[in-house]
Amino acid sequence: MPTLVSHPDEVKVISKRFGQGAANIDRYMELDGYKALRKALAVGPDAIINEVKASNLRGRGGAGFPTGMKWSFVPKESAKPKYVLCNGDESEPGTCKDHLIFLHDPHSVIEGAMIAAIAVGAHSAYIYIRGEYRYLLEIMQKAIADCYAKGICGKNIFGSGYDLDVFWHGGAGAYEVGEESALMESLEGKRGVPRIRPPFPAVVGLWGGPTVINNVETLASVPPIILNGGKAYAEIGVERNGGTRLFQLSGHVAKPGVYELPLGYNLKKAIYEVGGGIADGHKLKCVVPGGSSVPCLRPEEIDIALDFDSMMKAGTFLGSGGIVVINDQTCIVKFALRTIQFYRHESCGWCIPCREGTDWLTKSLRRFHAGAGVQKDIDNMRYLAENMLGRTFCPLGDAAAMPIIGFVKKYREEFEAHLDGRPCPFGQHTVSNAMAVSGH
Amino acid sequence: MKFTDQLEARFAEMLPHYPVKRSLLVPFLLYTQDEYGYVKDEVIEELARRLDITELDIRGVISYYSMLRTKPGGKYNVQVCTNICCLLRDGEQMLEHVRDSLGVHVNQGTTADGVFSVEEVECIGACSWAPAMQVNYDFHDNLTPEKIDRILKEYREKAAQ
Repeated sequence: MPTLVSHPDEVKVISKRFGQGAANIDRYMELDGYKALRKALAVGPDAIINEVKASNLRGRGGAGFPTGMKWSFVPKESAKPKYVLCNGDESEPGTCKDHLIFLHDPHSVIEGAMIAAIAVGAHSAYIYIRGEYRYLLEIMQKAIADCYAKGICGKNIFGSGYDLDVFWHGGAGAYEVGEESALMESLEGKRGVPRIRPPFPAVVGLWGGPTVINNVETLASVPPIILNGGKAYAEIGVERNGGTRLFQLSGHVAKPGVYELPLGYNLKKAIYEVGGGIADGHKLKCVVPGGSSVPCLRPEEIDIALDFDSMMKAGTFLGSGGIVVINDQTCIVKFALRTIQFYRHESCGWCIPCREGTDWLTKSLRRFHAGAGVQKDIDNMRYLAENMLGRTFCPLGDAAAMPIIGFVKKYREEFEAHLDGRPCPFGQHTVSNAMAVSGH
Repeated sequence: MKFTDQLEARFAEMLPHYPVKRSLLVPFLLYTQDEYGYVKDEVIEELARRLDITELDIRGVISYYSMLRTKPGGKYNVQVCTNICCLLRDGEQMLEHVRDSLGVHVNQGTTADGVFSVEEVECIGACSWAPAMQVNYDFHDNLTPEKIDRILKEYREKAAQ
């Protein structure tokens, strides 16, 4: 069972029921559960969307798209059924927040998905959970069954005349399925190969019907917005970035864990105060601030605000909120290799720049780390990665290229230290190249 | 083929969830794998018939998802994460420790008694509690070699019962 942590700077909006037994429906209802759903039914779609717009809630999956605006793109009239799809394929390395939400507060996801459905006029919502999270899927299955037993989902919910079904769905291991069009393919029983857009899912989505796709944390943020008002939620964060996020501190931080902090919180403070600084008396070398796919930051670059806009200004992304902290004993070349190896494994091969690029970069970095690199490899890797950007149907190609460009650009000296057959300068800390261990 | 009662119940439960019946394919394949140890040829044949799709189509789907396999694994499949957050907290050493304790190759075959197989896996979503692994679906986090020894011993005893 993952350990829960806490810090006085936390503002608990999504995590307020963590550790309170709220996976039990009665307990959830004691703790204000399903009150927002009743309110949403009473106020209707336009008021819901306006409230969510006012909250400045932006997509917690990583892209940060304004949620209220996304919902407003769904056409009011549609010949085909409309759908809400909750993206619980959490697979971005560094990301484990949805894991905790499903574990401690599954009903908040159901409630958020139902409110989204009412807002866009959908009568079915699907909650997709990655295959590895079987125990969380089972928690969700029970939560949904409990809702049906109480008449919260199904026909004529709360006597409103509105019918709304909620279904669970499980994956079977695929990072790429976290991309929204691939997610729909997967739910339709196919390989998770991305779709060409336009048309966008809000117009043509699941089984051809208009579809809203939101991350688990995004949907879990919706009930408190409806209950307490969008303005109150917006005020917790900063301009254009409302509310809180579950930031996941991992790596060489003294107190790793998932902390709920207001958007705009300082990254350096998050690492040194909330996370207790770098473990074992070492120094900070590098931070990957939003999951494995975002460009890294050097220690002198981390005095910045954790919100979507400030992070972009700093040349990186807030992404999934997974903050990976790397100490000065770590080899960046090795870290870059493990990063690209992941994307190589997950690339579906549909787009050539991604399929070939991730393979080529893996080979280059592996050779480089083994001491067989030459000077021109360094620029070649960057050139190769830069040429993957924007040339693939889904963002996996970008997700693979961006971190590599960052590492080469910002830690060139470490690449150079591996030249001319020199052994990895971090020797024992980079033993057992994963490839050698696994024999593939 | 006739599925086990449990699988038939699952199939009957899931089918009405979707407007297009093949939609149950991915989670249902995983449920069959849990039941039989891997996705059997007969399962593919049967699902092709029930869902009105080709066997080739189903095999294409199976090959895409990393959890689905068409050969048996160990009764307990030990999946050790070595992705970045686990890497930073000695995930590779944990993988080596599991491999050496069990005396089995990574991503290849099972122990002689068929009880264990070992897999190096990508991120399993336990980054803040790294290093982590899953044994079948059970999560084990904040691993140390000693903790791994205890965990493997428990599964070994469970298998002997």
